[in-house]
Amino acid sequence: MKFDTPAGTNPIDRLKVVGKATDRIDGPFKTTGTAPYANDWHDPQAKLAYGVVVGATIAKGRIASMDLGAAKAAPGVVAIVTADNAGKLGKGKLNTAKLLGGPEIEHYHQAVAVVVAETFEQARAAAALVKVKYTATEGAFDLASVKDGAKDPGDVQGSPSSSSVGDFAGAFASAPVKLDESYETPDHAHAMMEPHASVASWDGDKVTVWTSNQMIAWGTRDLALTLDVPQEKVRMVSPFIGGGFGGKLFLRSEALLAALGARAAGRAVKVALTRPQMFNNTTHRPATLQRIRIGATPDGKITAIGHESWSGDLPEGGPEAAVLQTRLLYAAPNRMTALRLVVLDLPEGNAMRAPGEAPGLMALEVAMDEMAEKLGIDPVRFREINDTQVDPEKPERAFSQRSLVACLRQGAERFGWDKRGKPGQVRDGRWLVGMGMASAFRNNMVLKSAARVRLDGKGMVIVETDMTDIGNGSYTIIGQTAAEMMGVTLDKVIVRLGDSDFPVSSGSGGQFGANSSTSGVYAACMKLREAVAGKLGFNSADAVFEDGQVRSGNRNVPLAQAATGGDIVAEDAIEFGDLDKTHQQSTFGGHFVEVGVDVATAEIRVRRMLAVCASGRILNPKSARSQVIGGMTMGVGAALMEELAVDTKRGYFVNHDLAGYEVPVHADIPHQEVIFLDEVDPMSSPMKAKGVGELGICGVGAAVANAVYNATGLRVRDYPITLDKLLNRMPDAA
Amino acid sequence: MVAASATAALAAVPSAAGAAPAGTDKPVLAKVGFTVNGERRELELDTRTSLLDAVREHLHLTGAKKGCDHGQCGACTMIVDGRRINSCLTLAVMHQDASVMTIEGLGKPGDLHPMQAAFVKHDGYQCGFCTPGQICSSVAVIAEIKSGIPSHVSADLNGTYEVTDAEIRERMSGNICRCGAYSNIVEAITEVAGKQA
Amino acid sequence: MKSFTYERPGTPAEAAAAVARTPNAKFIAGGTNLLDLMKLQIETPTHLVDVNGLGLDKVEPTPEGGLRIGALVRNTDLAADARVRKDYGVLSRALLAGASGQLRNKATTAGNLLQRTRCPYFYDTAQACNKRQPGSGCSAIDGVSRQLAVIGASETCIATYPGDMAVAMRVLDATVETVDAKGATRKIPVADFHRLPADKPELDTILKAGELITAVTLPKPVAGTHIYRKVRDRASYAYALVSVAAVIGKDGTGHVAFGGVAPRPWRVEAAEADLPRGAKAVTDKVFAGAKPTEDNAYKLKLAERTLGAVLTEARA
Repeated sequence: MKFDTPAGTNPIDRLKVVGKATDRIDGPFKTTGTAPYANDWHDPQAKLAYGVVVGATIAKGRIASMDLGAAKAAPGVVAIVTADNAGKLGKGKLNTAKLLGGPEIEHYHQAVAVVVAETFEQARAAAALVKVKYTATEGAFDLASVKDGAKDPGDVQGSPSSSSVGDFAGAFASAPVKLDESYETPDHAHAMMEPHASVASWDGDKVTVWTSNQMIAWGTRDLALTLDVPQEKVRMVSPFIGGGFGGKLFLRSEALLAALGARAAGRAVKVALTRPQMFNNTTHRPATLQRIRIGATPDGKITAIGHESWSGDLPEGGPEAAVLQTRLLYAAPNRMTALRLVVLDLPEGNAMRAPGEAPGLMALEVAMDEMAEKLGIDPVRFREINDTQVDPEKPERAFSQRSLVACLRQGAERFGWDKRGKPGQVRDGRWLVGMGMASAFRNNMVLKSAARVRLDGKGMVIVETDMTDIGNGSYTIIGQTAAEMMGVTLDKVIVRLGDSDFPVSSGSGGQFGANSSTSGVYAACMKLREAVAGKLGFNSADAVFEDGQVRSGNRNVPLAQAATGGDIVAEDAIEFGDLDKTHQQSTFGGHFVEVGVDVATAEIRVRRMLAVCASGRILNPKSARSQVIGGMTMGVGAALMEELAVDTKRGYFVNHDLAGYEVPVHADIPHQEVIFLDEVDPMSSPMKAKGVGELGICGVGAAVANAVYNATGLRVRDYPITLDKLLNRMPDAA
Repeated sequence: MVAASATAALAAVPSAAGAAPAGTDKPVLAKVGFTVNGERRELELDTRTSLLDAVREHLHLTGAKKGCDHGQCGACTMIVDGRRINSCLTLAVMHQDASVMTIEGLGKPGDLHPMQAAFVKHDGYQCGFCTPGQICSSVAVIAEIKSGIPSHVSADLNGTYEVTDAEIRERMSGNICRCGAYSNIVEAITEVAGKQA
Repeated sequence: MKSFTYERPGTPAEAAAAVARTPNAKFIAGGTNLLDLMKLQIETPTHLVDVNGLGLDKVEPTPEGGLRIGALVRNTDLAADARVRKDYGVLSRALLAGASGQLRNKATTAGNLLQRTRCPYFYDTAQACNKRQPGSGCSAIDGVSRQLAVIGASETCIATYPGDMAVAMRVLDATVETVDAKGATRKIPVADFHRLPADKPELDTILKAGELITAVTLPKPVAGTHIYRKVRDRASYAYALVSVAAVIGKDGTGHVAFGGVAPRPWRVEAAEADLPRGAKAVTDKVFAGAKPTEDNAYKLKLAERTLGAVLTEARA
């Protein structure tokens, strides 16, 4: 099905199942420990062996020699695979560094071997016996010190790396009120709870990998490319994924090494990265240095806005696209943005929840707060003044929907924004109290997505697609979509996901998954409805699917009856035309945060949080709300504690475990409130939905930072905002 | 604690294995028996096997998860002899005659424990990976509060303790949820605690 | 993790003898730190002596009016003990500020005293660390050191003692009781228990090989307000950046020890006379001679302000 004209009225608009705050259909499995994650895979017939990965202990250089003697001789060892004996390996399209390093080493903890043994304990002990001598070479590890050598990275995510409208330099120079500030965001780890894990098993020349991957089709393609085998020889199965946040978008080393280990061992092999390996072996969100300039008239009209961002990655890698939202968020006649990239020999940088916007808004929305203060205008009002309904760089492109101002107004009212005090003036016991807000913005992307739908003789509707559920609620919203389309209740739908034998979906990432994959199910269900109508002798155009029946005129037939002669199967994909080119499709919101800052120690604790979101039709308000509060929680982490600490001499992330890399715990997070504006976006898809899973994090960090400023009167421009950055400037505690 | 009373030299280590020369790294096997979810299990294990790996890899009860293997996340939480612990940071052979409760022992799909049902109702999870640990911990937290164990946020060390939001958040902080379902988990626990009260 | 043999002796003396006679043997109690380190091969014992069955799990009154805490009393039980809560609140508070509910259920009194540093270079076996591998150097001194020691460290090691419980025990003048393989016992003031690194950072404590902690005794209670204030980036389940254990009397006099700043709980008794004069007077003396790195210099200001908050709380 081609989606190239705005959606009219369709069966989804009935909203009998879609749009309801339904409990997740996978909930009973997740809560009882019966949902099978990759590492839970077990087959009593297979004599499973265990692989443990050996990581490089230098950041850059070459392997001088490897001594596998002791490891090979260790009890239980079945096989050891290194780049030397792995055979010819290619590289996945979406991998920057090789997943199995050697002789060249590109980053710390790059895998150099997998040791396979009869038991996990034996494999772990033997892996420690692999002796590798390295010849280290100089590398670049410190973004700030190499920033001046940055280059233009060329196109980024299909957009040019730089943009310019009007005369930014002239307009900024002559602006009556000006801001020119620099901001820093550190490297972030996805730190999903489930480590990268895979079990691989070969049957002849075909390999099956039970894995944890957000994008099954990318994974199978890249594993085939890396193994140098045809893609049809690779099957990936990933029914449950213990969190990804972008860290499992790509084929990673454990899947490759499970496949190589299994081939070498001649049996199924299970490989999981250890938690301390994850931080340097896999990808992360790159650090940024950002400069923002805003010029405005005294009444708050922005006349010039400029945003530049510098980040680093391995050779052939890409930048963190932290300026893209600035091209779209606020009106201004004179504008410039630029992304610059340096080579860093740290581990591979790549997408993490809301890549670009998450760190970009951490800077932009603080700059807006600072500018509002300079102007003496309320921060909410300042954003209203500079709202736009068209793409400010290309005014002929309107936004398909843009309710930013409505989100901010409703949020301000609900949160009690009018009670916000002057900076450093509100005290509650030992706490200095402040409020902050920020706009939330994230583009709405759509990707082709296919599904297969089957009706059986019992009236069950079975949906199969390689879409993944990474916690985003895919099982449930896909089930709701199929139920709505076929006129059945949710318990009549079975949803099967995450298997490369199923039709290729959008996968989960970039907040494109919910809208795209349900649209693919919509398309397949439209075909199934036609087939059912045909079978029952109905005209499919006027057949109504409702209450388990198919009705046309005054004839009413149970749906199941269509399949009494055998299952009816339909498969289709949604393919998107250019509505996302002719119109700018984005999602919007407002974040409001109240913090307390300890008057003595400068410890920062979040007291209240509210998000108001406008992102098209909300397919399931319960799971969508969870996506948003999850983003808010991760945003608190980014604001207050998360930082991969770079050892700039040795070239690696030092705090590589969950004790060192602190993410928010229960005690850090207060009750969180989320409001969805009632909105549908017919430009987006037949579902009229948009993404929301990443909108939740966008702007949160800045809202927290602005609240800290309001509490203390102290501005911190390098994240995370930890107490040591406030302490010397804090007022006398007494 | 049941295990602590078993002081007699439990033949946890056969004398031959016990005498294995140090440094050869030959696996040392030992027998251990305990109950898991009420069922007696006898195992012969490499002494290095954690309780978590024994239950997951040898008994194939994979509800408890290995999120970090270092006591830094709580995904492996089990209730052993009535107390919640990180099963990754204890050896299986140290639990002779212990009573181990895993998530599978609390309830099953179609027959959910009230805490499991409350997590479903309040969407107290997203990816679900930390969920078995969160639920085991939740059940234990309510018991800990009722039994008068104070917490870091208890205002009065010599008082009694209530199931407040602040108490739940502090006591649950050993269970990390990167999907950020904390706000919903607190609601689930509050509901169950309220019903029990 | 290397292979190890395993035994469960019946008495403390047998346990001490077992460790003494077996090369490369270690006691295991809660195991929450030892197994963590064994998985990374930072600790590589080839024989484990499980002391959980030794019956050292009681909290009993002493004839002197204090408390004797068995080495195997779990952190949860010690924090929840009615006598500890009533008379040694700073200890209860310190325990509850540490780790997580699950870890406190397993971790023991003796094991917590023996908890090793959380220095990230100690934890990465590819990096130089004199504590882990004597003579290999120290990557932390010119590395990432935000968490590490500002005082009491040396040219060879700037690791901190990471625990909370011992900081409270230090301010309470606790005594560590041990037994060795020959059955000989000794009493070590907690003040002397942890070593400063000097040129031997591999030795965290003054315990001899095979010496087993059997108990920690507390002298009779000291009147005053008991406060343990732990400062950290996240609100729970994190190591202290700085912590303050204090017992402050109505007249403003009292005792104070600091955590998160040194290789051992840091207390300078001579500075306590200045408590009535306020925090700065005390911390100026307590931290005289401090040698912070650029990364952790904030701890000096933080210690002063945290003590200030503690004194404010004590007055309230």
